[in-house]
Amino acid sequence: MSSKQLMLGNEAFARGAYEAGAKLAVAYPGTPSTEITQAFSKYENVKAQWAPNEKVALETAFGSSLAGNRTLCCFKHVGLNVAADPLFTISYIGINAGLVIIVADDPGMYSSQNEQDSRYYAMSAHIPMLEPSDCNEAVLFVKLAFEISERYDTPVFIRTTTRMSHSRGSVEIHEPVNVEPKEFARNISKNVMLPAFARKRHITVEARENKLSADADHLDVNEISWNDDRSLGIIASGIAYQYVKEALPDASVLKLGMVFPLPLQLIKRFSDGVQKLVVAEELEPFFEMQIKAAGIDCEGKSIFSRQGELSTQTIRKALSDGQETLQVHESFTDLPARPPVLCPGCPHRATFNVLSKLNLFVSGDIGCYTLGALAPYNALHTNVCMGASITVLSGMIKARPELKNQAVAVIGDSTFFHSGMTGLTDMVYNCIPGTVLVLDNRTTGMTGHQDHPGTGKTLQGELTYTVDIGEVAKAVGVKNVRYVDPFNLKELEAVLKEELNNDSPSVIICKHPCALLPKQRTLPVQVDPSVCRKCKQCLRLGCPAIENHDGAPVINTSICSGCKLCQSVCVFGAIR
Amino acid sequence: MKSDLNMIIVGVGGQGTLLSSKILGQLAILNDLDVKLSEVHGMAQRGGSVETHIRIADHVYSPLVEPGTADIVLGFEPMEAARWAHYLSRDGVIITNSSRIWPMPVVTGAVAYPENLYEKFEENNIRYKTIDAQQLADSVGSPRSTNIVLLGYISSLLPFSYEDWLKAIELCVPAKTLEANIKAFDLGKNAYLVKE
Repeated sequence: MSSKQLMLGNEAFARGAYEAGAKLAVAYPGTPSTEITQAFSKYENVKAQWAPNEKVALETAFGSSLAGNRTLCCFKHVGLNVAADPLFTISYIGINAGLVIIVADDPGMYSSQNEQDSRYYAMSAHIPMLEPSDCNEAVLFVKLAFEISERYDTPVFIRTTTRMSHSRGSVEIHEPVNVEPKEFARNISKNVMLPAFARKRHITVEARENKLSADADHLDVNEISWNDDRSLGIIASGIAYQYVKEALPDASVLKLGMVFPLPLQLIKRFSDGVQKLVVAEELEPFFEMQIKAAGIDCEGKSIFSRQGELSTQTIRKALSDGQETLQVHESFTDLPARPPVLCPGCPHRATFNVLSKLNLFVSGDIGCYTLGALAPYNALHTNVCMGASITVLSGMIKARPELKNQAVAVIGDSTFFHSGMTGLTDMVYNCIPGTVLVLDNRTTGMTGHQDHPGTGKTLQGELTYTVDIGEVAKAVGVKNVRYVDPFNLKELEAVLKEELNNDSPSVIICKHPCALLPKQRTLPVQVDPSVCRKCKQCLRLGCPAIENHDGAPVINTSICSGCKLCQSVCVFGAIR
Repeated sequence: MKSDLNMIIVGVGGQGTLLSSKILGQLAILNDLDVKLSEVHGMAQRGGSVETHIRIADHVYSPLVEPGTADIVLGFEPMEAARWAHYLSRDGVIITNSSRIWPMPVVTGAVAYPENLYEKFEENNIRYKTIDAQQLADSVGSPRSTNIVLLGYISSLLPFSYEDWLKAIELCVPAKTLEANIKAFDLGKNAYLVKE
């Protein structure tokens, strides 16, 4: 029995895992991958859970596979860096029941700090990688990935991109297959990577890749569609394939469903059949370099950028001899930009207000609060990756001890559990008198409100132990642990000043729920123009609800959340 | 109107553009048409510009509408509609909610909100219609239904039956808000019919 449903790419990945009989999905949230695990968690008779970070997620997923259940693991491209340690060795060990890892790249950086190309992980960890090009394929490819995983005794990657994950399309759905759990046996030489065992497994890994490479030439998902026109042949995978078909319906195309290892014989045959071979791939020249290394002439990055996404238009412009663009109207180039902002009522605004006032150097982290770097706050001065706020601050204070009372780290609650705890332990261990603000908004905000170890609830809604950030800090040896509601600006300022003057590490937990969580909105406030002296203190908060009407603040009551931060900064009592 | 549809829904993160595109996607499925939508999640949803591409046809390859090919640019906010005007085809039309949301550079007074958007549309021979969808949604006590009012307004331009619209809405909104959403849809639909 099958039927059609409208699904988000990420929902289709989850559907594929469900239909393949996967029993567990483990992930850490990260745009554009988050919805996969959320969608999977809603199916019957499956388990799904958030891990505190991607390394934990992958190790847990591996354990589940080892114990005999088909398992899915998901994260974004930078999350794969965190999971890289177990990844390379799990590749040696192989799997028991199927293990599929979905990694979501973000060409164009819609919600990321870099544009890395995860396909290189497939090559360097010797793990096969599939890449679907639409939602229906997302289901099919995950099912195929589980088969390949078990046939070749390897974890299998599915690579997706923002455009693929966040496209919605029609998906043919089927009933899930019933997969019995695999027997679980002790097998020390396969499952324990001591050097002597690992040397033997490395030989197996190479043989596995050679076999996969040969078989790739005959895999259905690698497919040539010949056209009468043989002057141009294009190789593409994923979403780029769709742009190629749209822009050049008459060209011959080799669609790569498996992006590693490459079907080199098939590529050779395709190349022999066309006059000019072009590789249309987003980000790095991953195909192009391998194809050229195999002695096949092609063009790729001499035509297409390594930055950002491809599109139908870029492919048309580069490869069509006819009409370059279909555009009719000029674009409006002089419109004010609309960058993302902290929401009305966001507790981070209160914190940044105080940090700005004290003119502190702020070592930042990954989350909504990274927006503190933008105008009008300009109050976040470095930002690398998850957890780096604390460790970068530590390094700075080691280099220049006088910074201890001029600089702080800010880190979110979910990010603290992800990789802030180790950095904090290091700060204590190495005697660094840093001040860390944990911006505890009781959720994982930026990715759309996922639970984490500090919220007391699991992904599937079970109540669980609430890990207390302050107690964690105390347990690793932080003597000065303070709790403040950031909307209490005076108290936050006083506490900050005290802790900055301490000679030992301090943790200040700025605790206030995210403004978008239920029940956080209260009645909006308004400015009384007869009392207002136009001093602009409220406007400097950078709240989207406080508009500057020729120097006079006017509150847009349709978006005001009633947080009253503006009321606290108004010395004339004009906001009520 | 032909059954192929290229459309872009644009607005400000948090305005409910995603729900509207989902409803259009359901409509396509109900009518046995192929459909692809492309959405923006993540950081831009925090008050930034957001856009959803909608493509409906017998077979759709790319989920993205190409500049110069949109039949409709549906604006949840007028300046965002202008930002995407170059996506319109020669016969395409902008339909936009008239209530403004100031972006941060305007909020802080760094730049002014462009006052003459509609004049510029006219100067550039861009067809457009405006509707105060926010005010209509407020009038039925359902300020969050602006998106559905706008769908009601454009429904007369699209080849789908009223019954299918209601079914698609039912598939996408929580049951307890269905009645309010249908009311909002009818308001938008009537607003168009009155105007024409």
